[in-house]
Amino acid sequence: MKKNPKLAAALSILPGLGQLYNKRYAKAGGLFILFISFFAVFYNFLNIGFWGLFTLGEIPRVDDSRILLAQGIISLLVVVIAITFYIANIIDAYKDAKLINNGDFRTMLQRFRDAWDKSFPYAIVAPGLFLLIFLVVFPLLYMFFLAFTNYNLYNAPPRNVLDYVGFENFKALIEVDIWRNTFFSVFTWTIVWTLVATTLQIALALLLAIIVNHPLIKFKRLIRTILILPWAVPAFVTILIFSALFNNQFGAINNDILQPLFGLSIPWLSDPFWAKVALIMIQTWLGFPFVFALFTGVLQSISDDWYEAADMDGASGWQKFTGITFPHIMFATAPLLIMQYAGNFNNFNIIYLFNAGGPAIREQNAGGTDILISWVYKLTFETQNYNMAAAISIIIGLIVASVAAFQFSRTRAVQEEGEI
Amino acid sequence: MTKKRKNLLKQIVMYTILFIMTIVIFYPLLWTFGISLNPGNNLYGANMIPENWSFTHYKWLFTDPQSMYLTWYKNTLIVAAFSSFFSVVFVTLTAYAFSRYRFIGRKYGLYAFLILQMFPVLMAMVAIYILLNTIGLLDSLWGLVLVYVGGSIPMNAFLVKGYFDTIPRELDESAKMDGAGHFRIFFTIMIPLAKPIIAVVALFNFMAPFMDFILPRIVLRSPENFTLALGLYNMVNDQFANTFTRFAAGSILIAVPIAIVFLFLQRYLISGLMSGSTKG
Repeated sequence: MKKNPKLAAALSILPGLGQLYNKRYAKAGGLFILFISFFAVFYNFLNIGFWGLFTLGEIPRVDDSRILLAQGIISLLVVVIAITFYIANIIDAYKDAKLINNGDFRTMLQRFRDAWDKSFPYAIVAPGLFLLIFLVVFPLLYMFFLAFTNYNLYNAPPRNVLDYVGFENFKALIEVDIWRNTFFSVFTWTIVWTLVATTLQIALALLLAIIVNHPLIKFKRLIRTILILPWAVPAFVTILIFSALFNNQFGAINNDILQPLFGLSIPWLSDPFWAKVALIMIQTWLGFPFVFALFTGVLQSISDDWYEAADMDGASGWQKFTGITFPHIMFATAPLLIMQYAGNFNNFNIIYLFNAGGPAIREQNAGGTDILISWVYKLTFETQNYNMAAAISIIIGLIVASVAAFQFSRTRAVQEEGEI
Repeated sequence: MTKKRKNLLKQIVMYTILFIMTIVIFYPLLWTFGISLNPGNNLYGANMIPENWSFTHYKWLFTDPQSMYLTWYKNTLIVAAFSSFFSVVFVTLTAYAFSRYRFIGRKYGLYAFLILQMFPVLMAMVAIYILLNTIGLLDSLWGLVLVYVGGSIPMNAFLVKGYFDTIPRELDESAKMDGAGHFRIFFTIMIPLAKPIIAVVALFNFMAPFMDFILPRIVLRSPENFTLALGLYNMVNDQFANTFTRFAAGSILIAVPIAIVFLFLQRYLISGLMSGSTKG
């Protein structure tokens, strides 16, 4: 009997009905039960969730806006997943009907096996995807919604209910003096920090990689191991140690090195400028080994033919570097170097562990060395300015996303050469 | 200047740079070790080369009833073992699907991984806190394991997928001809051939809880649930100068094993990252 695929799809608006029309009884039953139980289980949850997402609760002390918002976002995610299944159900009915028209002689067991083959990749991606959605995507969405509420120390659930305030928080960043001053100085320092610290890391790594790879240098393996050591020691340990070494009063750098040798003592922790200098030096110490290891790998893979050809043409050492070595290295490692910049942009650990973003600065609510992400941490856990923290997070997110988009265009260009 | 003298000069300059770097690298590390051998608690009187050195602080960490070092060690091992195990399970399955199957959403899934691995977990801390609070996993090691496993998926799935891609397709296709099922191919062909990268993923996820202090700080509240990194951080943070020698001893005990394992493994990580990044 001929089936009408479009009718099958249309009937599937009630899941199971289209499959029933296709005479796939087991599938129809399964889908219908799934459909009914979805509503039975989630109806109340979704109902409250969406109400919560839109209103954020109405009665103080009874409605906890934070929980309602979380439930609302989870409802949103559940509905998106459900819609995906729903569409799959319609497409499935349509395809089944078409298959039957073309003569489908498979037995039920065969059909079952084919279905298993087809759904296998989805089945094994599902558990990881589920975790990812709830532990990474959900929190990011939550942050996004918070940025448009008035959640701070003075207006905190469960005592009060939250309200949506539109773009007020972003406006405050520009219009309110203390926020504008802080945002401007933190933002510029974040950019300077990212560019200077990362570039220094890369430059030092490049210099050392070339030296170690030079034919005149012996004990290459030993030297490489030593140079990678700062990467191998857990960073939180080394940063805390550096913070003690740089201490103004009893730090070894002032007391044992600068004082006896040059007779001066620098206020590493209490002066913003010197604290920044110290941070950049420490990050260079911590970060160059990774880049060094990358560069060493590339240098070893450049064929000697290139250099021999250059020697024949009488190229100088510098010409060989700019013409052969540097382009090779950059081509092979550019995506990873961009990741380094992105990593330092959000390098919370070093800022927080070294001096907790300090020293304090007048007329702003972030410390002198705070970068955006550590400022967000302070606003969240120390002064409970959740709304502002979320708004700044969105700005961080936009910057990270645009770097990622740039990455994309590069990798896509690479992909066209071969299959990914 | 003859070529020989020029080379000698070059050599001297290069070795001098390397020598200075060696000092800069070793100075803080040796300083910490020296400080940890000082008998006093105080950083004021402590010297890099102590006059009467002793292992009192190491002994204190392990034997003193007030010290929770061993509890923290145990907690860290639990978190490390479980998050490493579950990460490997989820990551290899995900990577297998992305490497060997063509399915709807595959391409965008890969892009999503690329983007998600750039967002710091910190940005999501408020929500993670509330999420764990609602499901009752706040101040519990399981909550921490959950967050670690979820966060490890994008980056590691990418690494492992890159490695799976280098395993010739002919192998699993001929196995399929012989009637092997999906899981059979996965367990008898992919997993054994990808052992090196799986070992790296397992070990790096095992080491992460030893090195991270910020997530435990958000998730864990009571000292008996602390991990090593958080415990040590609080040790310096509470009364900075007064327990620094003890902290130094505790850090040396974490840093040495981790550094050794790391030095053995970094080659695999580098090659994995390089192949992952050029293949995209």
